[in-house]
Amino acid sequence: MHDVALELASITKSFGRTTALQSASLSARRGTVHAILGENGAGKTSLMRIAFGMLQPDAGTIRVNGDIKSFASPSAAIANGIAMVHQHFTLVRAMTVTENVALGGRGLLHPRKARSELLALARRTGFAIDPDARVEELPAGAQQRVEILKALSHKPRVLILDEPTAILTPIEAHDLLNRARELVNDGGTAILITHKLRDALKFADDITVLRRGATVWTGRADEATEDALVSAMLGGERAPLESLEGNNSRRKRASVSEVVMALRNVSVRDASGVERLKAASLEVCAGEIVGVAAVEGNGQHELLRVLAGRIGATSGVVTLPPSVGFIPEDRQRDALIQDLSLRDNVALAGAGARRGMMDWVAIGDRTRNLLGAYDVRARDENVHASTLSGGNQQKLVVGREIEWAHVALVAENPSRGLDIHASAAVRARIIEARDSGAAVVIYSSDLDEIVSLADRVVVVYAGKVSECGNDYESIGRAMLGVTPP
Amino acid sequence: MSQTTAFIVDTLVHATPLMITGLAVAIAFRAGIWNIGADGQFIAGATAAAWIGVSAPATIGWLALPLALVAGAIAGGIWAAIAAWLRSRFAVLEVISTIMLNFIATYGASYLVRGPLQEPTHVFPQTSSIVAGAHMPILISDTRLHWGFILGLLLSVLTWYAMKYSATGFRIRASGMNPFAARNAGLINVPRVTSGAFIVSGAIAGIAGGVEVCGVTFALYENISPGYGYTAIAVALLAGLNPLGVIGTGILFGALETAAGTMQRNAGIPATTASVIEAVVILGVIGIAQFRSRCSVSAT
Repeated sequence: MHDVALELASITKSFGRTTALQSASLSARRGTVHAILGENGAGKTSLMRIAFGMLQPDAGTIRVNGDIKSFASPSAAIANGIAMVHQHFTLVRAMTVTENVALGGRGLLHPRKARSELLALARRTGFAIDPDARVEELPAGAQQRVEILKALSHKPRVLILDEPTAILTPIEAHDLLNRARELVNDGGTAILITHKLRDALKFADDITVLRRGATVWTGRADEATEDALVSAMLGGERAPLESLEGNNSRRKRASVSEVVMALRNVSVRDASGVERLKAASLEVCAGEIVGVAAVEGNGQHELLRVLAGRIGATSGVVTLPPSVGFIPEDRQRDALIQDLSLRDNVALAGAGARRGMMDWVAIGDRTRNLLGAYDVRARDENVHASTLSGGNQQKLVVGREIEWAHVALVAENPSRGLDIHASAAVRARIIEARDSGAAVVIYSSDLDEIVSLADRVVVVYAGKVSECGNDYESIGRAMLGVTPP
Repeated sequence: MSQTTAFIVDTLVHATPLMITGLAVAIAFRAGIWNIGADGQFIAGATAAAWIGVSAPATIGWLALPLALVAGAIAGGIWAAIAAWLRSRFAVLEVISTIMLNFIATYGASYLVRGPLQEPTHVFPQTSSIVAGAHMPILISDTRLHWGFILGLLLSVLTWYAMKYSATGFRIRASGMNPFAARNAGLINVPRVTSGAFIVSGAIAGIAGGVEVCGVTFALYENISPGYGYTAIAVALLAGLNPLGVIGTGILFGALETAAGTMQRNAGIPATTASVIEAVVILGVIGIAQFRSRCSVSAT
């Protein structure tokens, strides 16, 4: 047997006038975890979509176990033992978990057989899941598990994971990456697309770094250093990692003054009558960042939306300023209208209360200023939001919400799925907003982000909100419902 | 009058109800509301306008016309409001409820013209003629072309302007394209906005019914709509849901339907040929749109 499970040689791919990949190469050895590092837009996902048959390369060869292959579609890739877990969910929301997993199969569907096979697979891999739940009812973390089970159900020899940990809690992410290792131990190969350096160094055997569509570094993880990888990823525009991550900026914090957002004994029931938030009380003052930590599905979703005035409380007293900026987790769906221009998307803030006519000229000017001030890279304000990269979309949303609301900002996983530069920019903006006197609430599934940004931390566990020390130990304990002695 | 002029006049007379109902459908579709019920709303509007037109005292003179049109708008709006209420209260899909309401309107009008609203001799299944004051003025003398066509143009331009430049129009477009972002980022009351657009859509279809009664038929008949509200869907889609585009596609479909009658009379070509051509046009446009969107798949 050939010891290279998947080899991509000199792959080139353009979309219209943009070149996504320029002679990119990758060689994943059998029985290894191979990390692909690179900033957003470096071509990581495009390269793997070519390996998975979703895109056809303009030039270059794909070898599986040494044989040249070309995949006309994902099903051809699956037939050759390649499976992919996508960054954005590709599940049918109205279907059950079993139906979604069975969707990739052929021939007749035997619901009971499919269900028992799924349960067996879930047991074997340790991804606990309710096979009869509808996907739309599941939290993001559980949907991610369904995606992975769906990929594993094809019994792949090469498993491609596209930013799999982006929305998981640290514990879940750790767990998932360890499981990728187990798959490898059975003779498989895992390819991990990530922009988290430390994950790559910790979990991968080999690392390939892409920059602007080309392979710029490849080698063993144990021979790589953080510095070498950072300079490979960023090229000439090197900056110290610490400053990029915006650490310890809380030393410069403004002095805390009056209360801007306040909840007193607030409870929230969801549409099905389940009490998601139980008698929560919280005060957020001007000039402070309150970090919210929670394991997926503990009521933080509702807490953030009550604070942002996006849902009403079932009971209790909510005091909010007239406008609260909100950066929702699913920005593609909840923050932007993809088929409208950037100008129209900027106009969206506050559109619910606007009277009379839209002053499109003034809004266009405001949008142009925003694009400059928040470093949103776009041709002009008339392009559709869908043409922006994830990082630029988020910078636009952050800018719009801060400029619109000024005094209060609620952010939910604001740097999820962004590259180092974009995350740093987003965090810097949030800190700036705080320094200029805004009351800020930030939830992140990345504990590092909370610890580095928050002036004060609260933990939501089973719908209850409690104050907590700003260190990994106390946050980690509180997230699991363990109260300090 | 030359044959060409006669054809143009007939085309514009046919285009008027198609243009106005097409506009109604375009507004609803823009709001993400699948209003298949423009036909029922048209009939409701025609019925209300005929009722006012027949029962208005001659002493109010020309005031009978605006009264009849307003009554048509109100009736069409109410007809749509039923579906809007079912949708927001019981989550009944508007596609189904509006189709059902079309049947109720059609057979309801049938009952009225054979019962309470039938002309005094009780021979024909129609109302008596509306009073002269409710007649739509003629646009070009000695033709059937009436001011309803101009009203259709005005409504289209007004709607285009409102959709593009008013805050309400922007809310409608945002709610239709992405209700999640409209609510979370725009703090828009999406159910209220879409229900409002639904009712306005019904009111405009109702005006179309009123215009038809006051400008062309001067009475309410059975089958007053030969399926205008359904052709309106094609008119709106072909226009890309653009209120100004509806003017062009309305006239195009008006020409096709006029030509269908002429062809059948003079050349023995079945009138259904026009329906075939309409369908081919729609399929062609959808095909081109799909092809374009595939060619412009952007890199991620």
